[in-house]
Amino acid sequence: MIVASNLTKRYPGGYEAVKEASFEISAGQMVFITGHSGAGKTTLVKLLATIERPTSGSLVVNGQNLAALRRSAIPYVRRNFGLVFQDQKLLFDRSALDNVLLPLQIAGLPRRNAIRRAQAALDKVGLLAREKARPIALSGGEQQRLAIARAVVNRPTILLADEPTGNLDSESATEILEIFADFHRVGVTVVVATHDQNFIERYRPTVLRLDHGRLL
Amino acid sequence: MNAWLAQHGAAMASAFRRLWSTPLNSLLSLLVIGIALTLPGFGYVLLDNLRDLGRNASGVQQISLFMNLDASKKDVGDIEGKLRATATGKWRFVPKEEALKRMQKSEGMAEIVASLPRNPLPDAFVIEPSNTEPESLEILRKEISGWPKVAHVQLDSAWVKRFDAFLKLGKLALWMLAGIFAAGLVAVTFNTIRLQVMAQAAEIEVARMIGATDSFIRRPFYYFGALQGALGGLLAAGLVLGALRLLAGPVGDLASLYGGSFSLHAPGPLEIAALASAGAVLGWLGAQLSVSLSLRKFD
Repeated sequence: MIVASNLTKRYPGGYEAVKEASFEISAGQMVFITGHSGAGKTTLVKLLATIERPTSGSLVVNGQNLAALRRSAIPYVRRNFGLVFQDQKLLFDRSALDNVLLPLQIAGLPRRNAIRRAQAALDKVGLLAREKARPIALSGGEQQRLAIARAVVNRPTILLADEPTGNLDSESATEILEIFADFHRVGVTVVVATHDQNFIERYRPTVLRLDHGRLL
Repeated sequence: MNAWLAQHGAAMASAFRRLWSTPLNSLLSLLVIGIALTLPGFGYVLLDNLRDLGRNASGVQQISLFMNLDASKKDVGDIEGKLRATATGKWRFVPKEEALKRMQKSEGMAEIVASLPRNPLPDAFVIEPSNTEPESLEILRKEISGWPKVAHVQLDSAWVKRFDAFLKLGKLALWMLAGIFAAGLVAVTFNTIRLQVMAQAAEIEVARMIGATDSFIRRPFYYFGALQGALGGLLAAGLVLGALRLLAGPVGDLASLYGGSFSLHAPGPLEIAALASAGAVLGWLGAQLSVSLSLRKFD
């Protein structure tokens, strides 16, 4: 499903965040990307999500080489991914439900249909009772769960998370990881970048360990 | 197709919401756009009314045809036949006896007329052509001059030409004015949209990351620009109508002092729709320019 070979990302100024990484992730796998901060985890996630373009090498997702993508094709590729960021990137000017509705509006789903699906997604992360709440009124863990609901509402084949538990206490973090494990169980490919070693022991996922941009 | 309609509907609804959510800002923008469109709009109505005034003013587009003094009844009949054949509009025959009688009635002329040995006035025709274009009037005058026993053909064409030139100048000035204010409208929309893009940077960034196409992001701004422009156009139409209503009384009074009856005619539904459409098109253009420039930094 995801095949990277000699994947390299060099930022302007010559800094190489990812160096000649080659790996394969098959459908339905749960993969953790680990490493010290600055090891290139976030860059790797951004490369997968087509937020960054590779400098060299190839990155094939669902048969499409992301390194050779036309600009106009990028939005459609991104819809394959459910993205969860460390800083959530929620929109604070609208309700939880409206946040989850955004990907469905982008996909052009009729509103009534979209609301039903958004509510189902909120239910899955235990936030249905708070659908009318603004994100500012939610706790850190709830905000992260809301971000997950937004990521999965469009039923992506790949769930991609960058340090989703970074700002959370261990209890909330466990909740979040449990939700990811649930999606993994129903067949979604889950890729999580994290520096948290505790979870690796618990879920025994495939681990991609990065050190200064190189895969170990 | 359904998804396409839903997305356009949503973009339209979001444009309305944005307009409502900042009433004061929207009102100010609408005022600026409205006033910018009012001036050319009012100028257009004024020129339109002037053109009508010129067309309706009696005696302006008459051609006077004077026969030779020695013209006989038969000659007059010939001319009448020719006029009928060319079918240029209405005409009236003024026999020399009638002209003399009319002259006698004029103050101080009776004695002079009485002292004349014979009637010095010729038979005449007063022609009111149906086609009052200055060029065709001139052609008609030349043609009539060539007819037998016609002594003189008089067309007050200088006046008509002057008036026409004045209208042409007015039209040109109006177009220049409209161009300047159109640029102003585009600039106002440009700025409004630029501020909106900045205010919605977070939404744009998130939408991009989760797979929004360029057109999905741009569409609400386009609708907003067009909507704002159209509403500004309607406001301008309202202002023009209001101004005409205020002017209607005094203009009527003035016209009656000159012994005429003239009333300003207001722009019709078609003209109002044209003003609103012009606003919408210019608003759309401003939004397009603004969004294209503002969104560059999100790449």
